[in-house]
Amino acid sequence: MSNLIDERSAPAAQPDRQDPALRAPEPRTLERRSRAQTRVRWELLRNLIRKDLKVKYKGSTLGFAWSLANPLLLLAVYTLVFQVIMKSGVPRFGVYLMSGLLIWNAFSASVSAACGSVVFNANLVKKVRFPLPVLPLSAVGFALVHFVLQLFVLFVVVAALGYSFVGPGLFLLVPAFAVVMIFTVALSMLVSALNVRYRDTEHLLEVALLAWFWVNPIVYPVGLIRKVLHEWTWVYFLNPMATVTATFQRAIYKAPYVNPANGQTILADPGYLFYLEHLAIAGAISLALLWFGVHVFRRLQADFAEDL
Amino acid sequence: MSAQQSPAEPAVIGVPADAADAAAEPVSLSVDGLPSTGTPRQTPPPALAGNTRGEGPSGAPVVIRATGVGKKFVSYHRRATSLKELFVRRGQASGDDFWALRDIDVEIGRGQTVGLAGANGSGKSTLLKVLAGILRPTNGEVSVTGRIASLLELGAGFNGELSGRDNVYLNASLLGLSRREIDRMFDSIVDFAELPHKIDNEVKHYSSGQYVRLGFAVAVHVDPDVLLVDEVLAVGDEAFQKKCLAKIDEFRAEGRTILFVTHSLDLIEGMCDRILVLESGSLIFDGAPGIGTRLLRQRLGSLPTNGPVPHEYASVRPISVVFAPDPGRPPQVQFDPGEKLTLSITLDVAEDAPDRLYLHVYVLGQDDLPIWLMETPSGGVPGTPGTLTVDFTVPKLPELFGAFATSVHVSDAATGDVITRRRFDDLFGISGSQPGGLLKVDYEARTRT
Repeated sequence: MSNLIDERSAPAAQPDRQDPALRAPEPRTLERRSRAQTRVRWELLRNLIRKDLKVKYKGSTLGFAWSLANPLLLLAVYTLVFQVIMKSGVPRFGVYLMSGLLIWNAFSASVSAACGSVVFNANLVKKVRFPLPVLPLSAVGFALVHFVLQLFVLFVVVAALGYSFVGPGLFLLVPAFAVVMIFTVALSMLVSALNVRYRDTEHLLEVALLAWFWVNPIVYPVGLIRKVLHEWTWVYFLNPMATVTATFQRAIYKAPYVNPANGQTILADPGYLFYLEHLAIAGAISLALLWFGVHVFRRLQADFAEDL
Repeated sequence: MSAQQSPAEPAVIGVPADAADAAAEPVSLSVDGLPSTGTPRQTPPPALAGNTRGEGPSGAPVVIRATGVGKKFVSYHRRATSLKELFVRRGQASGDDFWALRDIDVEIGRGQTVGLAGANGSGKSTLLKVLAGILRPTNGEVSVTGRIASLLELGAGFNGELSGRDNVYLNASLLGLSRREIDRMFDSIVDFAELPHKIDNEVKHYSSGQYVRLGFAVAVHVDPDVLLVDEVLAVGDEAFQKKCLAKIDEFRAEGRTILFVTHSLDLIEGMCDRILVLESGSLIFDGAPGIGTRLLRQRLGSLPTNGPVPHEYASVRPISVVFAPDPGRPPQVQFDPGEKLTLSITLDVAEDAPDRLYLHVYVLGQDDLPIWLMETPSGGVPGTPGTLTVDFTVPKLPELFGAFATSVHVSDAATGDVITRRRFDDLFGISGSQPGGLLKVDYEARTRT
């Protein structure tokens, strides 16, 4: 229609609101802009995690220090209880415990925070169109930030205590971390979606996590399980978290493989292959769960605003 | 291109009962089928809506499209709300489902400003939420192209613990903006909200007016392609309201698409190209704001009636006229002068009709010239809801020749306000000797010198 307008009258073609050409972005642009409101973007995720951190530690630098010191405190307490009082006999028990406990805590904190994330942000979900998966994902991200910092603190402490943790075994952390991330995200998506409609998911999860903790070789050595399950130990390692914690122990705690005091195995395996194999299985299970979790979330998310 | 495709497949995970329900329900509970009489047709006649429907001005592409959209709210008694319930007791309990929207078909072209009106609970906000992609429609499909800014609640998602600055970034980020885009607009947002001195304070220390101002400022600065506004202009002081309206006017000038819910019909008349009127979840009118607001004012009853509304939407609808010699006799179209004629007018009276109705019936000749007028007795007839037939009997037809139509005017007997008018195209003929539909009068012609 622009060719109908005389050249000289062009200045007169100022804001005439009937002229849609005035504001006709490219279809591609429009698509991108509307995708930005429905797809998860890193930037949004980062902003949400930053918000959570800011809100939590607002005005208290001490608060942040406390949450970092938390593993140190645990390390001291557990060392006292298990090594001095109960005499579990695992050498350097504190380090053994922390290498498994940190990742478990990160997992457990992620999943429970994610579970309530959608319900907690009900007001937002009901009033604003935005990519809903960012809610559980940012809860995972929040826990992840803490985990990375706490792991760093652990390394510093272990080094300060004079133990060596550097070695090729540390590379095991990479696949183990990848697997635990997939598994955590998968479960977080699943429970956060279920919790919107079935509000008791949260309570059920709480109990489940409490029990689940004990089917991982965190407090006790793997040898204890081997003694009970014998050739059925593989069933125990179907739990991805068991594989992940065992791998973290192999990577950080490293040695000894066998407890010199009672001949019980502490680590799952002295080599690397065992872990890689089991991580592959755990990874496959995690991916299947991720598919399922995302699927459930997609199905249910359209009704979130109604169910809240 | 369809940006936000609402998932049309029924949710099955964990809620099989739900899905079965949705499948068993008819696409929409047709209003016509309900016993409540007088509810107008759902789709407006093309004559009323044709000018504004479908494509926007100058054939602009459709930005918002809703096809057969229905929204059912399932009663909580009907489905499990906890995992325990899901496994232990399969929902036998009863409850009422509620259709908040029924069979809505709307297409809004780019650059249109559309008002969404209706009584409380008519489904306006639900429709807006469905279009915004927040609620999933039970049936039908919705697609919206481009970036949507939905002002369903100003400052939704603000966190009181954070500063205004952080909240602006977070909120705009939620609405789909990148950091660069926000950086560019930040000063303009703060200026618009008139909060440069408080932007680094925590939002929880803002007054409610400041809070809302910041919320509005963010929402309108996200450079939306589609703006959905839900009755939020009623907040803030007058100066700020003016500013908001000016901003919306600016958006209109820029050719953005705006859909807003408001109870202020004056605002719709002043700002909109088009109005959608909802009643109990059905779209009862889609067309020119002038007619729509008049219709709505009349239907709401509390507002002064501003002249008649189209008969399709009136609380009393003249639906047919029948010509016969005597009431109830088989209809007839040709009459002789001196014969008896009974004109039976059937009215569909809705619940919200006045208690007493007054009818004027004009018999129209050539060029729609009124030939004679008949009225109901003073005091009118009772407006009992349902169908009502009023018979006007002419004992002896005058000497006329031609075909005649009728026009029926219905008014409120108490106030005299005209409710509606309808001209029927049905004709009856009188085969008198006088040509041209003229009345025969005895006369003689004589010349005088």
